[in-house]
Amino acid sequence: MTGLPVSTYVLSTGLALILIGLWGLLMQKNIIRMIIGFSLVDTGIHMVMIAIGYVTGGTAPIIDSAVPIKDAATRVVDPVPSALVLTAIVIGLGVTAVMLSYAVNIYREKKSLSIDDCSESKW
Amino acid sequence: MLKRLFIFFTLILVAAIFSDVALNYSEHTELSRLAQHYASKGPEELGAANLVTSVVVTYRGLDTLGEVTVLFISAAGVGLMLRRRKHPDTVVPARKPASELVETAARLLMPMVFVFGVYVFANGHLTPGGGFQGGAIIASGVLLLLLAMPQAQLSHRLIGFTESLSGFSYVVVGVLGIVLAGGFLDNRILPLGSFGSLFSAGAIPIIYVFVGLKVGSELSAVVDRFRSDESKPEL
Repeated sequence: MTGLPVSTYVLSTGLALILIGLWGLLMQKNIIRMIIGFSLVDTGIHMVMIAIGYVTGGTAPIIDSAVPIKDAATRVVDPVPSALVLTAIVIGLGVTAVMLSYAVNIYREKKSLSIDDCSESKW
Repeated sequence: MLKRLFIFFTLILVAAIFSDVALNYSEHTELSRLAQHYASKGPEELGAANLVTSVVVTYRGLDTLGEVTVLFISAAGVGLMLRRRKHPDTVVPARKPASELVETAARLLMPMVFVFGVYVFANGHLTPGGGFQGGAIIASGVLLLLLAMPQAQLSHRLIGFTESLSGFSYVVVGVLGIVLAGGFLDNRILPLGSFGSLFSAGAIPIIYVFVGLKVGSELSAVVDRFRSDESKPEL
């Protein structure tokens, strides 16, 4: 195997996605684009967590004929980050749904999706 | 302009932290002690072939109950915020009905999507998948129905009944774990069965069926709420 270990690419891509998402959250004026930025941050964090859980040469943590029980501790990747990401994806989906319904309500009230039109709570 | 400068500097600083993380990262060559315990003792203790499932449903089962609760609250929040007005002030022009091709294909695919969703959550302890994934597949079937037939009415009573019954049963199974086995959400209230078969791993498949039904009905309700008002003019 040459070059960097494979999880480094996943980690760097995840960190880059977090940065792009932060940029979108801070720079965009359109609420839908801000929500997309949030989803990018979310996905980036998932990728970082998965990359951290990777073990060199490891395989999916499922016991079957390819991975017998006695080899499990040496051949599988860490199951805990996978379980956490599973949780995080569902929570991210719930949060995104709530944000989108806020966006729908804002559009109903103001007929605009620009964050500049929501100046009531600005200080 | 000043604001843009601040945003730029913020991103630069965050990027500096991230580059430090990325440059000093070295891949793990062996599992942490906790993960080693889960990988070596998990199959014997819980009988689940999918180690992620044994972590999600049993070892960290309380987290999953909390996660299901968060999903419920967000579905309830979406339902509250997007409740339909009795007199919508804007009249949306009626949408053209979908072509017969789309409708027939949706009718044909719907049962298959549902069966696949049930398959995914019933086999969550053996194969990649589980309650959340299976529930999402079922909700995607409902989304297909709503896209192909915008006039279709979902039975809210059925969705609410499925959702509350499965949530209640999930907690009941958890409490049974305290009475019959080692603690809350312990899966050993049922015999572990033969490793790798469908009826194995104690209560894990049962919990995942409840989670799948709950997630499926909640996501279907969320998807239904995001429809435009015109599809339901009589409310």
